[in-house]
Amino acid sequence: MSPDRETQSELAAGPDPVTAPTPAAAAEAEAEILEEQFQPGEADQDFMTGTPVRKAQHFWPSAKRLFGLLKPEKASIALVLAMVVVAVVLNVIAPKVLGNAMDVIFNGAIGMNLPAGASQAEVIAGLRAQGQDQFADLLSGMELVPGVGIDFQLLGNLILLVLGMYVVSSLFMWLQGWLLNQIVMRVVFGLRRDVEAKLNRLPLNYFDTRQRGDMLSRVTNDVDNIQQALQQAFAQLIMSALSLLGITIMMFIVSWQLALIALIALPLSAVGAGLIGTRSQKLFTAQWKHTGALNGHIEESFSGHDLVRAFGREQQSVEQFDEKNDELYKASFGAQFVSGMIMPVMQFISYLSYVGIAVVGGLRVASGSMTLGDATAFIQYSREFNQPLSQMAGMANMLQSGVASAERVFELLDAEEQEPDTATETLPAKTDGHVEFHNVSFSYTADKPLIEDLSFSAAPGQTVAIVGPTGAGKTTLVNLVMRFYELDAGRITLDGVDITALSRAELRSKVGMVLQDAWLFGGSIFDNIRYGNLDATEEEVMAAAKATYVDRFVRALPDGYDTVIDEEGNNVSAGEKQLITIARAFLANPSLLILDEATSSVDTRTELLVQHAMAALRSDRTSFVIAHRLSTIRDADVILVMEDGKIVEQGNHATLLAAEGPYYRLYMSQFAAAADPVS
Amino acid sequence: MLLRVIRHYGRPYLPLVFAVVVLQLIATIAALYLPSLNAQIIDEGVARGDTDYIWSTGGVMLTVSFVQVAAAIAGVYFGSKAAMAMGRDLRRGIFHKVTGFSAREVGQFGAPSLITRGTNDVQQVQMLVLMGLNFMVMAPIMCVGGIIMAVREDLQLSWLVWVSVPLLFVVVGLLVWKLMPLFRTMQEKIDGINGVLREQITGIRVVRAFVREPYEAKRFEKANRELTDVSLSVGNLFVLMFPSIGMILHLATAAVLWFGGLRVDAGDIQVGALTAFLQYLLQILMAVMMGTFMAMMIPRASVCAERIGEVLDVEPSVHEPAKPEAAREPAGVVEFRNVTFAYPGAEVPVLRDVSFTARPGQTTAIIGSTGAGKSTLISMLPRLFDAGSGDVLIDGVPVTRMARTDITDRVALVPQRPYLFSGTVAHNLRFGNPDATDAELWEALRVAQGDGFVRAKDHGLESVVSQGGTNVSGGQRQRLCIARALVAQPKVYLFDDSFSALDVATDARLRAALKGTTKDATVIIVAQRVATIIEADQILVMEHGQIVARGTHEQLLESSETYQEIVNSQTAVEEVA
Repeated sequence: MSPDRETQSELAAGPDPVTAPTPAAAAEAEAEILEEQFQPGEADQDFMTGTPVRKAQHFWPSAKRLFGLLKPEKASIALVLAMVVVAVVLNVIAPKVLGNAMDVIFNGAIGMNLPAGASQAEVIAGLRAQGQDQFADLLSGMELVPGVGIDFQLLGNLILLVLGMYVVSSLFMWLQGWLLNQIVMRVVFGLRRDVEAKLNRLPLNYFDTRQRGDMLSRVTNDVDNIQQALQQAFAQLIMSALSLLGITIMMFIVSWQLALIALIALPLSAVGAGLIGTRSQKLFTAQWKHTGALNGHIEESFSGHDLVRAFGREQQSVEQFDEKNDELYKASFGAQFVSGMIMPVMQFISYLSYVGIAVVGGLRVASGSMTLGDATAFIQYSREFNQPLSQMAGMANMLQSGVASAERVFELLDAEEQEPDTATETLPAKTDGHVEFHNVSFSYTADKPLIEDLSFSAAPGQTVAIVGPTGAGKTTLVNLVMRFYELDAGRITLDGVDITALSRAELRSKVGMVLQDAWLFGGSIFDNIRYGNLDATEEEVMAAAKATYVDRFVRALPDGYDTVIDEEGNNVSAGEKQLITIARAFLANPSLLILDEATSSVDTRTELLVQHAMAALRSDRTSFVIAHRLSTIRDADVILVMEDGKIVEQGNHATLLAAEGPYYRLYMSQFAAAADPVS
Repeated sequence: MLLRVIRHYGRPYLPLVFAVVVLQLIATIAALYLPSLNAQIIDEGVARGDTDYIWSTGGVMLTVSFVQVAAAIAGVYFGSKAAMAMGRDLRRGIFHKVTGFSAREVGQFGAPSLITRGTNDVQQVQMLVLMGLNFMVMAPIMCVGGIIMAVREDLQLSWLVWVSVPLLFVVVGLLVWKLMPLFRTMQEKIDGINGVLREQITGIRVVRAFVREPYEAKRFEKANRELTDVSLSVGNLFVLMFPSIGMILHLATAAVLWFGGLRVDAGDIQVGALTAFLQYLLQILMAVMMGTFMAMMIPRASVCAERIGEVLDVEPSVHEPAKPEAAREPAGVVEFRNVTFAYPGAEVPVLRDVSFTARPGQTTAIIGSTGAGKSTLISMLPRLFDAGSGDVLIDGVPVTRMARTDITDRVALVPQRPYLFSGTVAHNLRFGNPDATDAELWEALRVAQGDGFVRAKDHGLESVVSQGGTNVSGGQRQRLCIARALVAQPKVYLFDDSFSALDVATDARLRAALKGTTKDATVIIVAQRVATIIEADQILVMEHGQIVARGTHEQLLESSETYQEIVNSQTAVEEVA
């Protein structure tokens, strides 16, 4: 939105670019929402999936604060952690017990083929005497009774033991997950509520200076991200780290030689993952870039479809698309291939260590320095070793993304709030609507003063028309009456009371506002009108609708007052929407009114109704009208002519015309032209 | 629908898919062979103390691992290639299709929906195909191969496979089946809470003006509560997943050890076979699990494929003539003969029996309330719509029998919603005539009253315009759109309510300037303001899809009640006449 400096003549159509949301802004918001979906890409990506990962600015402080959210749940969290520890410990020991069970089987299998009656030592000695040294070596490492088969008593006990361990660990895993789920949901529920409450305490200029899409995404996507991080990353990271530690310890207990072989795989995996990771990250960046470019082209071609057809540009559009599409194909193929290599490569490395363990383990068992059960236990450990490793990588990404999101949410939560209400004074239920500006100065940014030393008075029941070119500060002026912004200097009074001494709620309940941008929420027409006064009865709503010409078109709708206004609501035209907003203000029955008259793309007969409805609304109330219609201006009690934030003239139509000052010039350029189109 | 889309667009890549299957087969067999080799190490090497055998078998295992990784990487290569190429073709299919759409089909879906279908939805289907080629091909091979190997090791123990595999399948399937609808509900609740917030942020002034913060907070609290509740249910089910899968795996392991122990003791199998069997069983169960997880992706991708299919299945209502009539010398005579048009499914036609002629050098204005069918009417000239019955002719030839280029050479449209493409000002202006010189662009801008603000920009004609033209004001956008049409130098100008964002004075200046430029052309103007059309050579007054009156301003003031009504309503609003 760039204010149109070159011409001062957009009075009839252009809304103030400073504050009023324009159709352009709405389109922008739309684009932002689309953008959110596509996530085009400067951001880093998770190398496995290619989803962009946001990076935190200050990782540790933000992470600390993120986990600080769990503080009120300290006791439960401790319980979760305790359960995780028990589950992991049991999980880590179990393969060793399984290995022992395997030994029992192996011992039995070997033992039953040996002559009964002899002791183990005698058998070994006998074997050595026969020159079967290798087999003797094997037996020397075992505990067996020659001639006796598998000890099923012992085997049964071991199996029951290991099952018991697994049952307990699974149970604890489930319990901690369940408990953590409750905790996280409670925390996230609270976080969402806090953020929403915060939105209501933020000053309006916070909303003016930020993109809507960005704010929305903070409250939705970012909070979701936090939820994921807390729910998954948190427990999983601890679990993976503990498992890793436990497995390493167990591997060394079982056999340090084999453990070393298994650990060699670690740096190998790291190098492999690192090499492929960096490469694929680059390729993913390219992929997201091309995705963004292609999606942009699709968006644009489909949005401007009529033009592409009408100007016969299909060929060029398709050619451009094909070119971009092909580029995307090349980029994404590269990215997917390289990132897809990670799995097989990691698997290969784990196979290498598997082979190493099988061979070395086999040799050691054969030489009697290790039992077969230990070797099989080891194989299981080495397999399980890789799992927490890759999990940790994934969780680290998720956590990083979660912390970055948390940072953005905290930024919002930390934003400076509007000044708290002092509410030292109150007004009677029915106010006169006497508004005075005393030497008011205001600016959006400190270095650009907009309104300076402005004073005027609006008597009860008067209509004040505010006229002037785009960017003169007309919308700002009425925003100040609503106390949407705080003054830099001076004061505004309502019935003699400084509006800052009133609570915002009380002040605003005295004022009705109809903006040029007809904001309605996604609900029925009835509910939208009743928004002006939630306690209104059905009859009152109907009466307001009748008084403001809403009734006439609503009756023609198939669903009448139950017609739902939605974003695509083609059933209700822009002019009709505006009528609904007028009905809403009518129902609120304020003593002071603020109207923005600008209407565009409304057919003239509907516009006439809007005019009538606004007039009905104005009767007997003090009204500030950002005026675009000659009739309103001419009939106003006071006309404020604004230029560059200053009131350069005030008076009524006749006196101002006679003065031949700024108003006269404005009048001649705007309305004289209309009367004589060939000028 | 998912199958249909994949089958149709996957066909050219069947050789690649075949390669993937073969390579995955090799990789899986290699992976399955490893435990068997390990068993041999135990049975032949360890149990007999034969170290040479251990070494040589280790060497074989190493070779098998190499084969495995090579086959797997090659599989990923062909898999990614096939999936990405299919995605590319699918996107191209949609884009080409939509480009051939008329405004009717675009309106039927809505541009935003078409965009999502062409981008997000394709992405989903593409991901499914990729994952499918990388994992889903492997899962059944692994499963079947694992079963064969396990049975080979010991037929008697194989009942464990028949028990544990269905058990896992049922447990995971049950959880997934329960989770699916919850996921959908959760998405709805997320949309719900986003909706409430979006309204709060976009309507912040209204919320504050009416002091409705507490009301909004209540609304939000409700949405928040609903989302939290369904998230809790999802989470509670989800945390069951891994412990129960783990439990099944562990039970199977224990059972193999016990029953396998019995078989070893009876001398039926060797210990190595037992360990191999155990590993096969675990591999089978992993494959089942992976397959089930993959299956979770299918419903979502199906919905996307459905939406894509809807687009691909639509036949454009506007066809290019097979044999276009030879173009005549362009003059710009426009004629509507008994044109009737109805949107599909609508009871009442938008246009009924419309006939008129617009001649070069004349201005034809169309006025009437919103929904009277004015925009639809002029959209028929560039064939954004085709008439249901009757004929639209340019220079005596029905547009339906003209080559597209012959139409676009003659007609330029300034749309109701001023839309600009991302790029530069010059890029946008040259849209209708890529060969226009800078001088011609400036001239068009001068007429459109746009030279001033373009010149004031830092880069003049090369100034950047954002997508949709959101970085210039509404009035500026409209003037650039008018200039764009002027650059095309057509025989027929169509202005669809193109002066609405201009103030009365600019409007008047622009029309005065236009008069010179368009004096030999046919000008058709749709307008709301009487002032805009007061001088037209003929004014068509439309109501409910019909021309209810025609004539000049003066004639109509005399003869047409509807026209008087319109003028009076404006007089009240604007005090024009």
